[in-house]
Amino acid sequence: MKKATRQSYGEALLELGKKNKDVVVLDADLAGATKTELFAKEFPERFFDIGIAEADMMGTAAGLSTCGKIPYVSTFAMFAAGRSYDQIRNSICYPNLNVKICATHAGITVGEDGATHQMIEDLSLMRTIPNMKVLSPSDDTQTKWIIKEISKINGPVYVRLARLATEEIYDENQKFEIGKAIQHGDGTDGTIFATGVTVQEALKAQKILQEKGVNVRVVDMYSIKPVDRDMIVKCAKETKKLVSIEDHNVIGGLGSAISEILTDEYPTKLIRLGIKDVFGRSGKAEELMKYYGIIADNIIEKF
Amino acid sequence: MNIEELTKKAVEIRKGIIEAVYNAQSGHPGGSLSIADILTVLYFHEMKIKPEDPKWEERDRLVLSKGHCSPALYSCLANRGYFPVEDLKTFRKIDSYLQGHPDRNKVPGVDMTTGSLGQGLSAANGMAIVGKMDKKDYRVYCILGDGEIEEGQIWEAAMTSSKYKLDNLCVIVDNNNLQIDGTIEEVMSPYPIDEKFRSFGFEIIKIDGHDIEEIIKAFEVAKNIKDKPTCIIAKTIKGKGISYMENQVGWHGKAPNEEQYKEAITELEKGI
Repeated sequence: MKKATRQSYGEALLELGKKNKDVVVLDADLAGATKTELFAKEFPERFFDIGIAEADMMGTAAGLSTCGKIPYVSTFAMFAAGRSYDQIRNSICYPNLNVKICATHAGITVGEDGATHQMIEDLSLMRTIPNMKVLSPSDDTQTKWIIKEISKINGPVYVRLARLATEEIYDENQKFEIGKAIQHGDGTDGTIFATGVTVQEALKAQKILQEKGVNVRVVDMYSIKPVDRDMIVKCAKETKKLVSIEDHNVIGGLGSAISEILTDEYPTKLIRLGIKDVFGRSGKAEELMKYYGIIADNIIEKF
Repeated sequence: MNIEELTKKAVEIRKGIIEAVYNAQSGHPGGSLSIADILTVLYFHEMKIKPEDPKWEERDRLVLSKGHCSPALYSCLANRGYFPVEDLKTFRKIDSYLQGHPDRNKVPGVDMTTGSLGQGLSAANGMAIVGKMDKKDYRVYCILGDGEIEEGQIWEAAMTSSKYKLDNLCVIVDNNNLQIDGTIEEVMSPYPIDEKFRSFGFEIIKIDGHDIEEIIKAFEVAKNIKDKPTCIIAKTIKGKGISYMENQVGWHGKAPNEEQYKEAITELEKGI
């Protein structure tokens, strides 16, 4: 069954809240959309709706964390990474505070709301801040693991979540680790690096290519920072072509993160698919993915 | 400490400010001197703290939202025993832990990292909310500049202080009337400050921010206010205590030269 990672987040947060009494949740008038309402209903005394004031929400979370709480802070990615960049940098990351920023509605797959709400720069903005970890899950199981796992890390984390419902990819036996990527298949004709909502597109492309006799591997880059250096270098050495695909500006996101490693360790050409440094527009998520060229077909035509 | 002792201590705090800024040849003396008396009362009379255990959970907390006035905070912390007074001379130097703006991970006794204006009240709210949630009886103090409250986040945060009925929170506005580009009326007037905070749900106390007795009383009154936060609006003089710096906008972010340094120390010592 298809599910949006924001939904998985809401469910995971509720479970985490039952187990860890230090977990508190903050939202900025979007609890219904970010799914923090699930937690809010069960634990109203640990839920803080700060209103449409994201900057204050980030600062409040910083203060809560200095007194031992583990704040999970949610709003749309646009208003988290964009509007509150300075607060995240100076009040959370510089003091290395234990705040988890779980930003939903990332990328153009927000859909109909259009460009003002389509955050395609957040991976770029967040991964350049020292102390920050950046995670970008692709499915339900992975999201739930991440939400639980980051409660055990002392320090700031940015989690990029989507509105678009996507396929289940992993079962409960799958092992995850922050700083690692997951390799699907061991084809040597190429590697498709994907993250978040584009992982299902990469897997779709892999299947179609296989039918055509082209064997590629897919790498789910759910840990954007720290990034899996070894995996990137290994794939560059073992496969003939490298492609990255992301629902994010081609500047600064997944493709850039991979390029940085390749430049350092094993200079190789990388074809970067993503939003080509333009703003988004209104439309259905699937239509937009096609319009901006981040679907399986766009991968296939590179082989 | 009694009023006389606090008055003397405030002179020591001012000397520390001048030492720090002079040795760094950089920093913000004007606004540091304007909050020197308030910080002296807080650190030597009012706040429940343990310098030997800076992270003590039950301690009162202070957020210096106008973080550029770190010399005043550092001088208080040093004189209170958190670290050697001698270290004030390393302020802003490459190998020093005394950063230009307060860093809670580097400086013992600093409760919140600040510097980018407008952010401290939100953090103070967070600390006060935990006090309420966990039924602790610590208090949280937050010092804002009068120019700083031009930042919109302050007013977002003021709504939060009020929504959560943070009567364990005491905001102090250092109303020295000057900011970098001129008087606060000229640049972007936040007046009437009292009516603004009152309309955001705060109890207002107006004081002379250099009158030790009034400062002590204001904190006493604030402690007994229930179900809402307090805002103390302290009328102050930028550069207070060093006559050539008083009310001079040019001394916002400038260090004295050797001659000026000697003159400042001599003037302060005469006051004791």
